[in-house]
Amino acid sequence: MAPNSSTRFGRRSVLTAAGVAAGSGAITGFPTIWAQNIKNVTLRQFGTGVSNLNAVAEKVKQDLGFTLEMTALDTDAVTQKAVTQPKSYDIADIEYFAIKKVFPTGVMQPMDAKKIKLVDKIVPIFTKGKLTPDSKPAQGTTPYSVGFVDGPNGKTFAAGQTGWMTLIPTIYNADTLGIRPDLIGRPINNWKDLVDPAFKGKASIMNIPSIGIMDAAMVMESLGTLKYADKGNMTKPEIDKTIAFLIDTKKSGQFRAFWKSFDESVNLMASGEVIIQSMWSPAVAAVRSKGIACKYQPLAEGYRAWAGGLGMAKHLSGLELDAAYEYINWYLSGWVGAYLNRQGYYSAVLETAKENMSPDEWGYWIEGKPAQNDILSPEGKVMEKAGAVRDGGSFYERMGRVACWNSVMTEDRYMVQKWNEFIAA
Amino acid sequence: MVVDQGAVRAPRNLVPFVTFLQAAPLAAVLIVFLLLPMFALVVVSFFDYNSVQIIPAFEFTNYTDVLGSAVTWRTYLNTLRFTVIVWVVTAVLGFTIAYVLAFEIRSRTAQLVLFLVCTVPFLTSNIIRMISWIPFLGREGLLNSTLLKLGLIHQPLEFLLFSDFAVVLAYTHLYVLFMITPIFNTMMRIDRRLLEAALDGGAGWWRTVVEVILPLSKSGLAIGSIFVVTMVMGDFITVRLMSGGQSASVGLMIANQIASLQYPAACANAVVLLAVVLTMIAAILRIVDIRKEL
Repeated sequence: MAPNSSTRFGRRSVLTAAGVAAGSGAITGFPTIWAQNIKNVTLRQFGTGVSNLNAVAEKVKQDLGFTLEMTALDTDAVTQKAVTQPKSYDIADIEYFAIKKVFPTGVMQPMDAKKIKLVDKIVPIFTKGKLTPDSKPAQGTTPYSVGFVDGPNGKTFAAGQTGWMTLIPTIYNADTLGIRPDLIGRPINNWKDLVDPAFKGKASIMNIPSIGIMDAAMVMESLGTLKYADKGNMTKPEIDKTIAFLIDTKKSGQFRAFWKSFDESVNLMASGEVIIQSMWSPAVAAVRSKGIACKYQPLAEGYRAWAGGLGMAKHLSGLELDAAYEYINWYLSGWVGAYLNRQGYYSAVLETAKENMSPDEWGYWIEGKPAQNDILSPEGKVMEKAGAVRDGGSFYERMGRVACWNSVMTEDRYMVQKWNEFIAA
Repeated sequence: MVVDQGAVRAPRNLVPFVTFLQAAPLAAVLIVFLLLPMFALVVVSFFDYNSVQIIPAFEFTNYTDVLGSAVTWRTYLNTLRFTVIVWVVTAVLGFTIAYVLAFEIRSRTAQLVLFLVCTVPFLTSNIIRMISWIPFLGREGLLNSTLLKLGLIHQPLEFLLFSDFAVVLAYTHLYVLFMITPIFNTMMRIDRRLLEAALDGGAGWWRTVVEVILPLSKSGLAIGSIFVVTMVMGDFITVRLMSGGQSASVGLMIANQIASLQYPAACANAVVLLAVVLTMIAAILRIVDIRKEL
């Protein structure tokens, strides 16, 4: 059979019955052996907790027949493992700002866009650099700027779209401040409210240097004390001023604590230790699921966005490489997209996700419409009651108001040193 | 094999060789798991790095960065401050508890049972033991809400959690057993006739404790101190969790550097920390000869 005859079959039948897949020409003619082989394939994926979901691994086993082993780590540990233990994984589920550090080390291989069936359907933020043709470009490490390399062996990022992708986007979102509307006592509209003395001892900021400094920069710009050329790539004097500001704020007793992991942020908020802090969307959902009021407050200055994607380890080849492409194509085909959208993230190919969501779910999560019925989490727990409207509104309202993307700065080394001063102060 | 058979009736000149062979397994373990990693640590501490990789080189930048920065000094001072406070608290507590166990409890069974009771909390992971303080000490935690209900306070006590107090409390809870055990052990070896002699000589309870029991428990105290000092000096997780990330320790500084892939800087820091801790241990051993008194 011709190598790409698989297009004639559904994805599932390809792997379970026909036993032929694109690119597996070498073993054509032994379909049954291949079909059994794929069951023995185990792909080792690691990433942050947000998208390393057991439900995905189970569905992969069911739909594609092979085993997906997941390891969840925190943001920093993901970067570290990707660079220092490149043989220990097959698929890296990693953030775009981290890939800026990781890809140039040569531990990963670019993906051939021709083998990604839905590549043209991926949200244009990733493939064109803009959400809509007339969107303003955001600051920071945009996924587009680190999404492509020039060829199959490329290690440096291409200036525009090419046929070789570093990551296939999985999830992304627009982050803002989380508040406890029941305890905060006044409307919150700006990033500068984080450092309002009224919330002394009740505010928190995350202790992940590369992201925390961006939140601080949003606050600084909101206060009007500093205007950055690029918040995602600060100059040394800009870093100095930002850190000096953070140290002053810390010494004045503004912060109750600094958090590093998702759970910490949930606990700080749920326990009432903190009433305003940098937060991630599912953490807000987790606080709300305890029956505690928590709002993901949209702010006038816009959002700080982030995106993650799946990338392939350099050592992947042959059958495992085929399985990895198969997995990525499956990832974009809708089921996972719907699952992620239902958690409050956005998925890479919205059209296929839509087919897997009810019109009400689609309306609530993506279009920003009031929920007609109760909105359930992927596990079937009630997340929002009928009538609720998503904080920040629709996909276009939220992703269209991104002020900057999570970044790695040129002065990264200096910034981390200064950040340590802030923590030690 | 010649050597194996030779072990019993070895010619005199083979004996040292056999001794070496007997020490070989331990030596091999120490070389592979201690000396080689330490060697790597020292080597990498002279490397250069950028945000993605480490670059083999021989330069002192990492050391000048570490030693030349005011943050390092402040962080070391802070870590030393925690170490001294925790050392004093655990030493006093450890000595008192061990004294009660060894001298006040007469029955052997009761002694054993009570000692085991001391170890019960240590059957759980130390992270869990630490985290369990958080809901207890929080602003809306058990302690604050109880005190508020009893009318003893009108505002929640904020210093209880995410503060230096919380850090010292957690350290004490985590490490006091490492003091109790060696002190209890040395106390149990004290010849009871010495206490009778002290009594006969007219010494009161306080003098007996200070002039007989305390000097004879020195080796236990020294061993406990080594444990506590090394653990507090190297800790990063207790400081982070209990201070809510507000306080810094040398370990935390190293952890942050590792997280940012700044391995050479972390190595240089680790080498400095190692030197400081070894000096402290040397000082303890200088004051108390633990082998003599074991």
